[in-house]
Amino acid sequence: MKIAVCIKQVITRESQIRVNEQKTWIRDQDATFELNEPDAYALEEGLRLKEKHGGEVVVCSAGPARATQVIREALARGADRAIHVEGELGSGDAFSMAGALASAIKDEAFDLVLTGLQSDDHGFGQVGVVLAENLGIPHATIIMEVNADGGSLRVKRELEGGWFQFVTMPLPALLTIQSGINQLRYATLKGIMAAKKKEIRTVPAPAGLAARQRIVDLYPPQKVKKTEMIGGSAADAARQLVRALRDDARVI
Amino acid sequence: MAGILVIAEQTGGTLNRASWEAIVAAQSIGGDVKVAIAGREVGAAAAELAAAEVAEVIALQHAALDLYTPDGYVQALAAFIRDAEPGLVVLPHTYQTRDFAPKLAARLERALITDCTAIKAHGDGRAFTRPVFQGKLNADVVADGPTPHLVTIQIGAFRVDALKKSGRRAAVRTVDAAVDASAIRQKPEAPFKEARQAVDLSQAERIVSVGRGIKGPEGLPLVQALADALGAEVAASRPICDAGWLPMERQVGSSGQTVAPKLYLALGISGAIQHLVGMKGSKTIVAINKDPDAPIFEVADYGIVADLFDVVPALTTALKE
Repeated sequence: MKIAVCIKQVITRESQIRVNEQKTWIRDQDATFELNEPDAYALEEGLRLKEKHGGEVVVCSAGPARATQVIREALARGADRAIHVEGELGSGDAFSMAGALASAIKDEAFDLVLTGLQSDDHGFGQVGVVLAENLGIPHATIIMEVNADGGSLRVKRELEGGWFQFVTMPLPALLTIQSGINQLRYATLKGIMAAKKKEIRTVPAPAGLAARQRIVDLYPPQKVKKTEMIGGSAADAARQLVRALRDDARVI
Repeated sequence: MAGILVIAEQTGGTLNRASWEAIVAAQSIGGDVKVAIAGREVGAAAAELAAAEVAEVIALQHAALDLYTPDGYVQALAAFIRDAEPGLVVLPHTYQTRDFAPKLAARLERALITDCTAIKAHGDGRAFTRPVFQGKLNADVVADGPTPHLVTIQIGAFRVDALKKSGRRAAVRTVDAAVDASAIRQKPEAPFKEARQAVDLSQAERIVSVGRGIKGPEGLPLVQALADALGAEVAASRPICDAGWLPMERQVGSSGQTVAPKLYLALGISGAIQHLVGMKGSKTIVAINKDPDAPIFEVADYGIVADLFDVVPALTTALKE
């Protein structure tokens, strides 16, 4: 099974986020980055499918030069090789990201393309589905189980409120993977050493990828409630909170 | 039609609440609003939608739309939208919409802005507010390129009680959807629930909920002790259940249970939109988090900026005093 896993480099969850002067994105010069967590689950699922059915796992990422950091990490976890679409697509919209990825993988004839459900930064939740349309292959989203059998897939989709559904479709296909589908593995020292010898093919982002949306203002959300902030030592704060919950809110 | 087209959603003929919220969002923009609903036989749902103050309701019907598939819905809706030429298409941000709307927008070669929580004027047009960075920031976004632009409206962002209703019922038109059933590649099976849920968090009066701040499963007894002292159920945000530290049935959020207890204690939970959707109806919300910028503080009645490992034992002790 020839599997592509699309991964994105995002700012770490613990990062202090600072808005840039134009208020169109964040100041990411001094930020630290990591592999988008839902994509880590997609990678893990790709590796498991390869272990079961053979073939190869190719990681694909569209982004600036620094994205090689997460590509190396994916190679260290067990991906066979990588394609890096290089360009300033980091703040691009889903259509330019999907267009960049499609141009890089369309000639490779993958049996299966996996992406995370959404990214931790933009959170569009669109790239995978648009990519499937660009590649002309069927898709299913929010996947919690993948069963491959010959030329078809039977997958378990998560629906709302605790409901699930099985869907069958022919290969090639694209799936967006829900976090929690499996338990993540981490790179071993051996894997890290082996990754250094693996191929990363760099291709330029295609010309003419026009974004279809742009941010005109970026700001912290307004509070919807008047929050009473409680300070002091842990013991003091705990006593104040218990008193407030008993006497003011009357919920305990 | 230069106005707004709302795509309502039904399952087995029953409309979901999010469809009404999407209509409210469209009405808030003003102008001509029409509503389309797709399915096999959706006359009854269309008649129900006609109570809203809208110009028209369109029942988009085809036998191949009986069970939802992205291929079927995109064919039907793309053809209808090309024909109707609305200026804007508004959809509820449900799991179903998330599955097909990006494909629909790509098929139509139009912009799609997802999970909008507010709509505001921007120059001659409008900007759509959506959360980014896990809810830590809001972005006002403008769509570019030819219309219709597509937007999805986050659940709970617009209130159903603000729905404008009409004394006269709107006209309902039935349209045969353009679907080539042989081009539908997904074969869906009937939806099902996993083994009966042993924990019904929706009935709990008090909930102590834990997030990434707990670091590992070894911190859970601390949380359980606090829950015991409060007479509360233990719940969690998605990553805790993903990691297998607590069972999935204890997950609160858009993919888990929706809760509305008297007291909701959020420990080390940042408050991404998917979690807030599931718990913001709680009467009193307490947030304890190291990060003063965590979005959970936006909905909290009481907040403590601290490490949960310091505050939780102190809280358990204070409750016993």
